[in-house]
Amino acid sequence: MATMTDPPVEGFRLSQLIYDTRYRSMTIQVVAFVLIMLGLVWLANNVVTNLQALGKDFDFGFLGNRAGYDINQRLVEYSNDSTHGRAAIVGILNTLLVAVLGCITATVLGVFAGVLRLSKNWIVSRLMSVYVEGFRNIPLLLWILVIFAVMTEGTPQPRDFRGEDAEASMILGDSVAITNRGIYIPNLVFNRSLGGNEVDADTGAVIASQSAGDIILLLAVIIAGFLASGFIGRRATAIQEKTGVRPPGTFWMRLGAVVVPALIVLVALGATLEYPELRGFNFADGIHLRNSLIALWFALSLYTGAFIAEIVRAGIMAVSKGQTEAAFALGMRPSWTMNLVILPQALRVIIPPLISQFLNLTKNSSLAIAVGYMDVRSTLGGITINQTGRELEGMLLLGLFYLITSLIISGAMNIYNNSVKLQER
Amino acid sequence: MSEIHAETAYVRTEMLPEQAPPITAAGPVKWMRENLFSSPLNAILTVLSIIVIYYVLQGILPWMVNGIWNADSLSECREIRDARGGSSEHGHGVACWAVLGDRWHQLTFGFYPSDLYWRPILALALFLAALAPVLFDTVPRKMFILTAAAPFICAWLLWGGTIWGPLMIAVGFVIGWAIFKFGAPAIGALSATIAAILIPILYWLFIAGPIAGALSGAIPIGIEAVPSDDFGGFLLAFVIGASGIILSMPLGIVLALGRQSDLFIINKFSVIFIEVIRGVPLIVWLFTASLLLNYFLPPGTNFDLMLRVIIMVTLFSSAYIAEVIRGGLAALPRGQYEGADSLGLNYWQSMQLIILPQALKISIPGIVSSFIGLFKDTVLVVFVGLSDPIGFSNLIRATTDWNGIYWELFIFIGLCFFICCYGMSRYSQYLERKLRTDHR
Repeated sequence: MATMTDPPVEGFRLSQLIYDTRYRSMTIQVVAFVLIMLGLVWLANNVVTNLQALGKDFDFGFLGNRAGYDINQRLVEYSNDSTHGRAAIVGILNTLLVAVLGCITATVLGVFAGVLRLSKNWIVSRLMSVYVEGFRNIPLLLWILVIFAVMTEGTPQPRDFRGEDAEASMILGDSVAITNRGIYIPNLVFNRSLGGNEVDADTGAVIASQSAGDIILLLAVIIAGFLASGFIGRRATAIQEKTGVRPPGTFWMRLGAVVVPALIVLVALGATLEYPELRGFNFADGIHLRNSLIALWFALSLYTGAFIAEIVRAGIMAVSKGQTEAAFALGMRPSWTMNLVILPQALRVIIPPLISQFLNLTKNSSLAIAVGYMDVRSTLGGITINQTGRELEGMLLLGLFYLITSLIISGAMNIYNNSVKLQER
Repeated sequence: MSEIHAETAYVRTEMLPEQAPPITAAGPVKWMRENLFSSPLNAILTVLSIIVIYYVLQGILPWMVNGIWNADSLSECREIRDARGGSSEHGHGVACWAVLGDRWHQLTFGFYPSDLYWRPILALALFLAALAPVLFDTVPRKMFILTAAAPFICAWLLWGGTIWGPLMIAVGFVIGWAIFKFGAPAIGALSATIAAILIPILYWLFIAGPIAGALSGAIPIGIEAVPSDDFGGFLLAFVIGASGIILSMPLGIVLALGRQSDLFIINKFSVIFIEVIRGVPLIVWLFTASLLLNYFLPPGTNFDLMLRVIIMVTLFSSAYIAEVIRGGLAALPRGQYEGADSLGLNYWQSMQLIILPQALKISIPGIVSSFIGLFKDTVLVVFVGLSDPIGFSNLIRATTDWNGIYWELFIFIGLCFFICCYGMSRYSQYLERKLRTDHR
């Protein structure tokens, strides 16, 4: 006769915290939490003691004080009377400027190099291998220094442009001057600027000028043009899917939506180009691209471009050959195969690492220190710290800037990833 | 058969001699047609490439080949060039490789005492020998004993001083291993693991120092000590790079496991650590190490800048490696985890025997490219005042003898880095092929 008995009811024993898998994970977590918190408290305590010993406090008030130093490249109004906070913003804008410029050129270079490296042409693919391996295996810092040295040592001085039989001459129809002080390119100026124009006292002629309003208006119109163009394209696709016929002239309408409004604005503002001109010992007018910006920009683009080339190559190779063959079997042209079959699949592989390369490029722009480019590390994390002695606060803000930038970009990447993810079980 | 032959006269009775294939279907012409001129676009690209290569070589080759190897200063180089009736109309003329002969010891060893150069060289040889059993499985397994001992011997060779310091630190590891090995049957695996971690730490903190001091007082065995400030050039890059690579790997694995863990708190701490480290550039971390570390340590502590940099580089690289390994862990099919569970393996057993070997294999390319990145990033230490090769190229240029010399130094440094990094990437490709187990 079998009797059913309840399992013996045991009380909770302390040893269960370690040996019972139900409780062990809790134990481990609590112990880890306590240890980490103790470590953090220890660090914070050390900071407080050390600050007291040095007679310092923890205060961000220095951001409102007069900076007292000049920044040679500024995208917004700044003088040495401005505050440290303003200097930090100028630095942040400079960082973002070189990062955006670098990302654009690196993508173009990388896509070209990646596609050409897959080319059947032996010499071209070898050449691209040399480029990719050369830039991937040599430190970026060295490339920045090399390009900076090329710019400062290998280019003529402004005075070489002087005289009848000058040693150096400007290129592209006397519009661009490459000197050892930087590259001078034409600037866009407006005869009917929104910021108002001065009039030459002698001749009564209007002096063309440029104001922030002009540039913002122009950019806004161009962006609106692209949005309109996208709208026209989507509408044409919808019509095509419904009726089978794409409305004629869609391409020209899309092009016009971008170009025509921008042209109208340019004409309305009376846009002309202001060419750089040798005056005194240096070039005046035009836009002066400093060597530091050029070296950093080119080096970042070439270096990141090499990595992007590998990503593009891997992405294209990841699409199996059967996809191409299937597309050909359906009677698709090679260009359609590329656009409709290969690229959409390759992009899913390419985009995530591509964006993390953009992130790397942004972080690598802190190597600006090597050529004296005034990015956020040189203003907020460099001169400001040296002048105010607030290294703790300065480094914290600097770190936060980079961290927030990274988190924003990787957050955007996650959203994109989720939107293109293959729907699986 | 023979009758048929007799009737069918149109069948040839003897073989025709073999003919050479048409010139366009064989040999270099065929190769060129297929690889260089297969379409008009390709032909244009080929011609463009050849023009580019020609101009680059025409600019660089004479400059390199005609370079001057024997001179004491840049001005002497220029005199020799002019005496040759040099090509001064080209602007820079010829390379002055003499700077490498004059300053190679600084670029490679920094200010390391020149009569002690054998020590870094011996350490490098030892390091390579210790690496051999890890890299190639044809090397005898007994070599792993050398691998375990090498870090301590190398550190002792490089920094010198008494032998008892590194020895006492090594003893700590032996103690930990012994407790784990012999304590596990007696007090249980978990307690033994905890003891094997805690006791060596206590030993290092409180016992190792006094014992080493006493022993070196009693039996002074040692070699001349070299301070970290004397390290420089490629020696510095190698020391920082190698220590970073060796130390960041285990830390990266732990962080990756933490990030994949189900334990909420451990998971969140790993995520925060990894994202914070990865979100901020290495330069900012290096400045943190040089400017701020003293704030976070008890008042009065002050240690070597090089050690601080190594710690920072290790933490930085471990976050990147953790992400690479996490990718590997995530790429494993779910069935592998379930299979390990169904065999009744516990967490550490399943990780050690089933999951990590596969996950690490998948992540080899990523890990190696992280290592390459780390090694390249060692040049950034120039900004916190250590003299790496680039720092020395600036120092050499600052002397009166070699003021104004750029390209020769850049080429030398770049070439050295290229050889190391390219070697690493080729090794990772070899490893990938060797470990590939799928049948393709």
